[in-house]
Amino acid sequence: MSVFNQSRSTVIRFIIAGVFLIIVAQLVNLQLFSSKYEALAFNNAVYPKVRYPDRGIIYDRKGKAILNNTIMFDLEVTPSQIKGVDTNFLCKLVEIDTAEFKKRIVTAILKNGRYRPSIFEDLLTPEMHARLEENIYKFPGFALVERPVRVYPYNAAAHIMGYIGEADSGNIKRSSGFYRLGDYVGKTGLEAFYERVLMGKRGVEYMIKDNKNRLVGKYENGVYDTAALAGRNLRTYIDIELQQLAEKLMQGKVGAAVAIEPQTGGILSMVSGPNFDPNMLTGPNKQKNFNKLFLDVSSPLLNRAIKGQYPPGSTFKPLGALVALDEGIITPSFGVGCGGAYYGCSRPVKCTHKNAGHAANLRLAIANSCNSYFTHIYRLSVDAAKYKGVKNGYQKWKGYLNAFDLGVRVGVDLPSEDRGNVPDSSVYNKVYRNSWNSCTNLTLGIGQDMMLATPLQLANSMCIVANKGYYYTPHFVQKIDDETAADTIMNAFRIKHEPLTGISDDAYEAVISGMQDVVEIGTAKMARLPGINVCAKTGTAENYRVIEGKRTKLKDNSVFVCFAPRENPKIAIAVIVENAGYGGTWAGPIAALMMEKYLNDTLRTERLKEVERIAAANLLPDYLVREQYKADSTRAYNWFKMTKDSSVLQRFLKKEPKKDTAPAKGTTPAPKPDIRTTYLRLEAILPEHFYFTKPIQS
Amino acid sequence: MSARNADISKGIDWLLVGLYMILCAIGVLSIFGATYKEGENIIQSFTAFQTDYSKQFYFWILAMVVAIAILVTDSKFFTATANLWYAFGILLLLLVFPFHTEIKGTRSIIRFGGFQLQPADLCKVFVALALAKYLSRVETDFSKTRSQLIATAIALAPAIMSILQQETGLALVYFSFFLVMFREGLPAGILIIGFSFAVLVVATLLLDPNTLALILTGIALVAIYILRKQIKRKKQLLVTIVGIWMVCVGIQRFLVPYVFESVLQPYQVKRIYDTIGKDYVPAGGTVLLEEATPRKKDDGGDYNVKQSKIAIGSGGFAGKGLLKGTQTRYDFVPEQRTDFIFCTIGEGFGFVGSFLLMGVYFVLLMRIVTIAERQRSVFSRAYAYGVASVLFFHIAINICMTIGLAPVIGIPLPFISYGGTSLLTFTAALFILIRLDADRQMVLR
Repeated sequence: MSVFNQSRSTVIRFIIAGVFLIIVAQLVNLQLFSSKYEALAFNNAVYPKVRYPDRGIIYDRKGKAILNNTIMFDLEVTPSQIKGVDTNFLCKLVEIDTAEFKKRIVTAILKNGRYRPSIFEDLLTPEMHARLEENIYKFPGFALVERPVRVYPYNAAAHIMGYIGEADSGNIKRSSGFYRLGDYVGKTGLEAFYERVLMGKRGVEYMIKDNKNRLVGKYENGVYDTAALAGRNLRTYIDIELQQLAEKLMQGKVGAAVAIEPQTGGILSMVSGPNFDPNMLTGPNKQKNFNKLFLDVSSPLLNRAIKGQYPPGSTFKPLGALVALDEGIITPSFGVGCGGAYYGCSRPVKCTHKNAGHAANLRLAIANSCNSYFTHIYRLSVDAAKYKGVKNGYQKWKGYLNAFDLGVRVGVDLPSEDRGNVPDSSVYNKVYRNSWNSCTNLTLGIGQDMMLATPLQLANSMCIVANKGYYYTPHFVQKIDDETAADTIMNAFRIKHEPLTGISDDAYEAVISGMQDVVEIGTAKMARLPGINVCAKTGTAENYRVIEGKRTKLKDNSVFVCFAPRENPKIAIAVIVENAGYGGTWAGPIAALMMEKYLNDTLRTERLKEVERIAAANLLPDYLVREQYKADSTRAYNWFKMTKDSSVLQRFLKKEPKKDTAPAKGTTPAPKPDIRTTYLRLEAILPEHFYFTKPIQS
Repeated sequence: MSARNADISKGIDWLLVGLYMILCAIGVLSIFGATYKEGENIIQSFTAFQTDYSKQFYFWILAMVVAIAILVTDSKFFTATANLWYAFGILLLLLVFPFHTEIKGTRSIIRFGGFQLQPADLCKVFVALALAKYLSRVETDFSKTRSQLIATAIALAPAIMSILQQETGLALVYFSFFLVMFREGLPAGILIIGFSFAVLVVATLLLDPNTLALILTGIALVAIYILRKQIKRKKQLLVTIVGIWMVCVGIQRFLVPYVFESVLQPYQVKRIYDTIGKDYVPAGGTVLLEEATPRKKDDGGDYNVKQSKIAIGSGGFAGKGLLKGTQTRYDFVPEQRTDFIFCTIGEGFGFVGSFLLMGVYFVLLMRIVTIAERQRSVFSRAYAYGVASVLFFHIAINICMTIGLAPVIGIPLPFISYGGTSLLTFTAALFILIRLDADRQMVLR
């Protein structure tokens, strides 16, 4: 028995050894052959906390910060720590009700869990922050957390500066992993164009987190941490006071104004109307404000200075002259006899002047803005014998315009610029089935036909005249702080473009004198400045717009270009005001005030009244009101259809209680015409043909 | 007597004592590694009896006082009082029913003053003593079935009460006493049957019921075919085979589903399923949610095991070093100072440390078996095997559950896990053995 059982001790030893072997085998498997566990443990416990650098500051030409950083505060909540909080009091301070309070706490828990802080209210207004700061000790679990925010101290230059926003999937994809969710990137303007310069370098701080995702300390005492490198500052050509004045003058107007320093191509000011305060898109309520701006049919977010495309009209004439001069087709003494219209082709082109000799030479033709003269020299240019045919000649002529940066993107340092339009001969070939000649598009000579230009292009073309043949690509940024050779972004702005080589100084003087005459004796008398020789050209371009499916002629666009002083040009300006009539009516005075402000650094006191007069003028076209009503009511109806919530739609139906709430066509049905209701109602209720008294068939 | 009193150290197995000291030291160090928080004043925490590692240290000192008390006690005391201790243990277990305090869902703890007592834990030593006493009786003939049944009853009575107190983990420990009985002559067939039963249960869980039934039928048919000549001579054999087949199918078809649905708690079933890597779908048909488990003790076995495996796996070859394991330092592994203490060692000291610890345990167990075999008295030998079995079961199950080889049942790692009762129990068990071994020349009954 005993002997028999003795062997069983060996069996027991083997059982123990067997189990231990299995355990060791599993340990070998886990610890020596599975590398994933190390990574899993690292991900479990180490949280790379991104340290955001300060974005670069943007300065104007006098060193004033026009886009700066400031600190705002978020109210954060850690749900697990809320105990004994006077909810009513907190709600009163944050201006919400208790139901909203509960909702936000639940959202915070769902988003980040109980143990990690989540944002309760972001970007507190200064007043709210002050109120909370005093009382925050009463609210355990709540904390005020700093958050860097962009601020525009002058409330100006919204379209130039742009704004930042959280990186979307497109930004992230394009950056091939550089940006991550939650990063802020420049969305438009200089913020977007100089993103790489302004954003600086992110730092990373490796933090240890525990099982509840609370950060409990630095990983390895921070040896792997990298510091954030602040973004570099931009020094621009902008004159912020000029910019503010220009913005004030463009109030209540649709259009744009651009001022450039001709010698450098530096943009002094760029305004697009309607405008908005850039601070609306930073800080509290930015989303609400953005939505409001986005839904406004007058498109305040659109930068018309680079995206608005207008027929340049008469303001093109000096350029047409330069092309003809450079080609050697005319001389300054070249003249035509004009009796009130150009009869060179079957369709006469009317001219505003009839008196004999108003186009006896180039200078007079410019001063009197003679249509006959410039259509004629256009035809001479494209039909010149040396080019053998109009198509070839036209391509040559178009080449000149492209060299002036007309019809191509100027290449300004703002994103999404439009190119305007100087059609290629192939376009005419297509439209006119290959049979066209210089008569077909002769109004190109006076800046019409298919020609379109942005205000920036017009201002740039003034620089060419002012500089007598050269220009630098218009741009805002003069210098990047700590610029290195790697900043190739600036190279394009330092190349001198010389599109004209064959023009004598005398010829330039003729053109420039003609433009000065426009100011002294012509249509731009309002632009005269005491002691300064101003050269200018007015333009009045016909304005068509497709409204409710019909091409409608609206009031002419007022166009004005100028530069000054004549002898040593410091500023070149282009102003376009839509629906404002003659170039001299509104665009001219605006340009005049801008020149005076910039050249004299101040305005004469008697001019201040003029500033107020222009600023107070509301030239927003009438159709906008109706467009807005249509857009709003359509949206309200779609909202009603989607959510069955008629509260928004009610506003549009108030006066017609009997009206069916479900119109057939997707838009709210136009209520019955009722002339006695208010002006706004009138806009809304009248069918188009009532409203637009003179419908124009194309 | 007087000679032995003069020198109590005579005959003591210093290797066991040494291993014990090493393991306890590893224990305090590991608990320190698992619970020390940055900036704690270590000396202050020791003097103030505040932190878990200082408490464990004091428990260790207390345990050594108990050990010395045991060493100066006469060996005959243990044989004489073995049954008394057992009776005392059963009494305690019975007292639990009216006087328990429900802690973390278990009803097996009595609380008085600041102390907690878990009689089911303590009873391990008593059962080892009582079983040894019974087996060493002159009139016990262990080859008889009756004696085997009595021995089984002695071993499993606390287990049954423990199950009734909803402490299944500890109950399982008592099954380890079958190793003792095996050594003392329990037919090997019973162990084989037990093992086969376990295989059948696991197979039931893993395989589709019909497939398993088909396999069982196939095995039975093959057996009949192979044994067809013997069956011709002896019809009984056929009856036996068919009987076994019926029992197997019965277990697979009825017993296992019944136990899983009616006897075990849902959380226990879930843990068993977690271990074999299957999703547990209760009879209701919905996947069991953590919230639905009635017992909250170390909830979510799956999470624990995952984090525990990450901790041990991330230790790599040489480990991250003491206090540098991110998994254990930042509480990713629940219960890491008690049941999951092995994670701290696995993460902090890597494969090298884990292997060395396994080595220490292995030497300890082998030494106990060697000691058991050198005893002259059956009592000492049976007792030694009792200690070895309990230690072996604890070590194997505890470590296996941390590395995902066994379901999570909350039993501590001997000498290392935090806990006064556990440390005292194991110390007493080991030092009684050392005491008995010192008197191995005596025949004790």
